[in-house]
Amino acid sequence: MSLIAARGLGLRRDGRSILENVNFSIEKGEIVTIVGPNGSGKSSLLRALIGAMEPDAGRVERMPGLRIGYVPQKLHIDPTLPLTVRRFLSLPRRWPRAALDAALAQAGTADLARRQMTDLSGGQFQRILLARALLGNPHLLILDEATQGLDQPGAASFYRQIEAVRAELGCAVLMVSHDLHVVMAASDRVLCLNGHVCCEGAPEVVADAPEYRALFGSGTQGALALYRHDHHHSHDHDHHHDHTHDHAGRDANP
Amino acid sequence: MMSLLDDFAVRAALAGLGVALATAPLGCFVVWRRMAYFGDATSHAALLGVALALATQLPILAGVLIVALLMALAVTGLTQRRLGQDALLGVLAHGALAAGLVAVSLLPGRRIDLQAYLFGEILAVTRADLAVIWIGAAAVGALLAWRWSALLAATLNRDLAQAAGLKPAREDLVLTLALAITVAVAIKVVGALLIAAMLIIPAAAARPLASSPEVMALWALVLGGVAAFGGLAGSFRFDTPTGPSIVVVAALLFIAAHVYRGLRQRG
Repeated sequence: MSLIAARGLGLRRDGRSILENVNFSIEKGEIVTIVGPNGSGKSSLLRALIGAMEPDAGRVERMPGLRIGYVPQKLHIDPTLPLTVRRFLSLPRRWPRAALDAALAQAGTADLARRQMTDLSGGQFQRILLARALLGNPHLLILDEATQGLDQPGAASFYRQIEAVRAELGCAVLMVSHDLHVVMAASDRVLCLNGHVCCEGAPEVVADAPEYRALFGSGTQGALALYRHDHHHSHDHDHHHDHTHDHAGRDANP
Repeated sequence: MMSLLDDFAVRAALAGLGVALATAPLGCFVVWRRMAYFGDATSHAALLGVALALATQLPILAGVLIVALLMALAVTGLTQRRLGQDALLGVLAHGALAAGLVAVSLLPGRRIDLQAYLFGEILAVTRADLAVIWIGAAAVGALLAWRWSALLAATLNRDLAQAAGLKPAREDLVLTLALAITVAVAIKVVGALLIAAMLIIPAAAARPLASSPEVMALWALVLGGVAAFGGLAGSFRFDTPTGPSIVVVAALLFIAAHVYRGLRQRG
């Protein structure tokens, strides 16, 4: 069964529809990226999946015992709140020291344990959020524009960390991102959202879809090719989408 | 001990310490969550509670507790519906105070010592008052200690707390309840106008001295206690009103703590 699935999900806020009839699921070990313009409901979809928003229509199904690690879009820590990295990771649940150190190491931040949260740089902060999400060994890692505010090398390095984590833990990854060129290359599947699911499929398929191009133009395709790299994992999961693209052999770099 | 309690100065000091016990940890959350106006609105509503109690023959404590709780719930509800902007909270805080003043003046055949409710009368604290203050403060302390980790997590980020299986709205309710109890027990000591000051100032003064939330709460308790003793002593010495004197000492401690940090960072 899927780790988590939205069935006919609809969300409204202040009488306005944010999402309509979204059908979506993610399988074990998959990396799925949600793209879409501002206000297209990307963050709301994630929040509904973690249970922070109640669906107004449809439902969210979770695998029993599903463990989710969530990295929020941004987290403002008020400077009046003194908090070391280690303490931050232990909220609300205390973890053994070894678990904390392991998560920090997985996120590439083993040396930051004693620092104050408010003294961290943007990139360090995001990695601490990643470390936090990794505690408890999640089945599914959910990241909401986790590289917002990072520069290009910072974002690229963050995503490399995510791939390393996925390789190590085998967890599925669901992320929202604006860094189309970086992210799409690393994804097994891309979901293009604009109040509803516009199109869905392998990155190169979505990048060619007319719905995607209507939203983002065709300019990102070159960048996509630039950042492409080999995937070792197989694409044998059976996702289906409503559009008739020819799946096999399509090369985004003609 | 009982003979000690016969001394009004000892009772006053213990009352101040009791209030600090409740306001120190709660005040930290008020500062971390930027809810200063929340404290204002709730404590200003206490006067309305006094009027309610006098009009209905309820004990003052019950009247204040009820109205403070209603006000705190209203503010929490409005903030959750994202109407909780600065201006609206200001309207509630000042509106509640003004309504309280008007309501008290409308009470028939009653002349109450308004000054006592606005600025406190810590020197007139009885043994019964003392019991109420310490029971209330212990209840607030226990409530916050019980929910401490969950409260901290919800303060950091609601979505993170939600993802960890907590209910941030329930933690809000814990703070709401703690605030109402604190207001009800502190009105005798510092008065409706200055309860919010005792929430914010010791906690803010503790910030530069702390590297963890728990240490900050402890420092807030120490500084709040020092402010209570210092304010009492000062008001004897200079014949000044006690509640405001306590707040003045707290403000001086705030300045001292921040100057201390500034000097240490430079040197």
